[in-house]
Amino acid sequence: MSRTNLQIGDDGKLRHFLSTEGLTHGLLNEILDTAESFAGVTEQSVKKVPLLRGRTIVNLFFEASTRTRTTFELAAKRLSADVLNINVDASATVKGETLLDTLRNLEAMHVDMFVVRHCDSGTAHFIARHVQPHVSVINAGDGRHAHPTQAMLDMFTIRREKGADFGRLRVAIVGDIAHSRVARSQIHALNLLNTSEVRIVAPRTLLPFDVESLGVKVYHDLRDGLRDVDVVIMLRLQNERMKGAMLPSEHEYFQLYGLTEEKLSMASPDVTVMHPGPINRGVEIDSQVADGSRSVILQQVTYGIAVRMAVMSMAMQQRPSQENHG
Amino acid sequence: MAKPRIKISGGHLIDPHNRMDAVLDVCVAQGRVAAIGEGSADFTYDIEIDAAGLCVIPGVIDLCARLREPGLEYKASIDSECRAAAASGITTLCCPPDTNPVIDTPAVIEMIHHRARQVGAARVVGLGALTHHLDGVHLSEMAALKQAGCIGVSNALAPLASTLIERRAFEYAATFDLTVYLHADDAALSANGCLHEGRVSTRLGLPGIPEAAETVAVARDLALIQQTGVRAHFGRLTTQRAVRMVARAQYDGVPVTADAAIPYLYLTDLDALDFGADYHFIPPLRTQEDRAGLLEGLRGGALSAICSDHQPHEADAKLAPFPATQAGASGLDSLLPLTLKLAHDQHLPLADAIARLTSGPARILNLPYGELGIGRAADICIFAPDAAWRLNAASMHSQGKNTPFRGWEMPAKVRYTLRDGTIIHTSD
Repeated sequence: MSRTNLQIGDDGKLRHFLSTEGLTHGLLNEILDTAESFAGVTEQSVKKVPLLRGRTIVNLFFEASTRTRTTFELAAKRLSADVLNINVDASATVKGETLLDTLRNLEAMHVDMFVVRHCDSGTAHFIARHVQPHVSVINAGDGRHAHPTQAMLDMFTIRREKGADFGRLRVAIVGDIAHSRVARSQIHALNLLNTSEVRIVAPRTLLPFDVESLGVKVYHDLRDGLRDVDVVIMLRLQNERMKGAMLPSEHEYFQLYGLTEEKLSMASPDVTVMHPGPINRGVEIDSQVADGSRSVILQQVTYGIAVRMAVMSMAMQQRPSQENHG
Repeated sequence: MAKPRIKISGGHLIDPHNRMDAVLDVCVAQGRVAAIGEGSADFTYDIEIDAAGLCVIPGVIDLCARLREPGLEYKASIDSECRAAAASGITTLCCPPDTNPVIDTPAVIEMIHHRARQVGAARVVGLGALTHHLDGVHLSEMAALKQAGCIGVSNALAPLASTLIERRAFEYAATFDLTVYLHADDAALSANGCLHEGRVSTRLGLPGIPEAAETVAVARDLALIQQTGVRAHFGRLTTQRAVRMVARAQYDGVPVTADAAIPYLYLTDLDALDFGADYHFIPPLRTQEDRAGLLEGLRGGALSAICSDHQPHEADAKLAPFPATQAGASGLDSLLPLTLKLAHDQHLPLADAIARLTSGPARILNLPYGELGIGRAADICIFAPDAAWRLNAASMHSQGKNTPFRGWEMPAKVRYTLRDGTIIHTSD
């Protein structure tokens, strides 16, 4: 069995950005370094650079999203690209036009990049396998599989807060790992960056089969899992998980896994609290913590723009038809 | 119309049922085996097939092949698939009832038989629906289906609504001495899944189907088979534990048989690591241990047949993100070669491998085929054991080109296929 790495071009550079898995330590750092240079841009009063002028980027979202789509749109605009937002009701494609039809039609409009979100795991890989050679694909979330730009903005946040040496960090990810594409991408990224310890905290119903095989330590008790950690990442708990057989109640979940000041006191004194958003106050996180001094939840959103600018510009840098590059 | 008298000379006859394994002539008259070996010395014939260097075996019987007709003719047809079967040494195909309309009335099975006879290639037998429209709730008119020629009943891949309905369906089928063909699946445990629940599904974030979806169903089904005394067959088992449960039940005298399908004997969930839609199967490809368990079941006899689980698709069916693709592979072309490869790879003695395609499925179907005793129907496959060829869209005969074995070398090539003494396929 051979795995083809769609993400990396023959020159070793980023071709598509589909998953943090399968990338190299060097490429992840390059993304973070490039994002650092763009972070300066986004903090200036004139926030645009002409890097992708004349390029067309399509945000192709088959699943509702506000935050991710908006930051992708802003990132593309700050790179001076033309942006097209297309929200497709996935059920409509089932009726007639196939995903591939949709793609071919957009390609015919001379698009240079697709930013794709879809409820099926593997969609970004599927699209990357079928686009024309000059088109790049960025995964903005596929099913439970991957959400690599979210993971990279989290890595960027950690680097800004804790410095570039992940080797001395203990990181805990708390919540619904089983259904989380964010968690999977974070785990791969943290391990690629040589994080000293990656912990997962959740009840068994929210863990996928043999999650240890991803390179994590499993805890079922939040206090144990938080002991001496430098970073804690809380995951959003979807409301529908409460109704089925996953969990008995919001109340018990918050009692056991909700992040409170009291539980947070188990962590390292300068612990950083993160959350990919949108947050459920009083379900997975107490407002006092979410709004507290150790929370960087809003910085994460800001950094998301710089990281997405970095990924877009890198993936576009080796297109044959390109005009500007450095 | 008089059928030609045919003498098959100098071939290596392997007929596991009759314990034949030697170079012997086979003579065919009036569609039946007329003489074998010494008895053929003074046989007069119209046609002689020179089988020197070739293997002569009973025609292959495929326990599970979807022909897609009626209802899904854009995928395949009785015409296309019966010819593809003949080209692959298969003389009898058994089709499950999930056509459109479902095989739940005599008219549908009669139409399928009629179309197959018109084509005149492989023979088709069919399973009637266990429940009306496969709805899992209302029993079908099994007596009428049996009278119309259905050789068993099945709910295909559709679940039954409750264990009570399962019990009643088994009892009703037993009334008419019909074998029930089962897909071992607990629908609640497998719901929305598209890959074995294991490390690969964890990695890819694909909804998993746990091993227990199969073992829970086998345990439940076995209890109801014992309770009702119905004769039952588990089609396409995929897990080591389920095979061992069935072996244990057989040892205890429960009237139950089981088979494995080719893809599960070669592939595992690891093959899906690239989201390759050709590796999307229901039930899903399992682990290396499960694969070993299936081979163990074939060796020990708990699994007495190998089938293709043939599911031809149009190209578009596989052109989508993995969970949105249709499951299954086109399997007629690779059934015989990949079963013979099991013997080449020393997983199974050659005679046992051939038995799993001939006498094994014949006994499950309770049909007088799969062996070449004197007076039996002359269903015969003659293949070149060392003529390797490559499986690809151009070399496949099935209308469905969807296969996970694309590019694989197939170890043997079919030269002649006879069904009821009629030559239905020849190739160089």
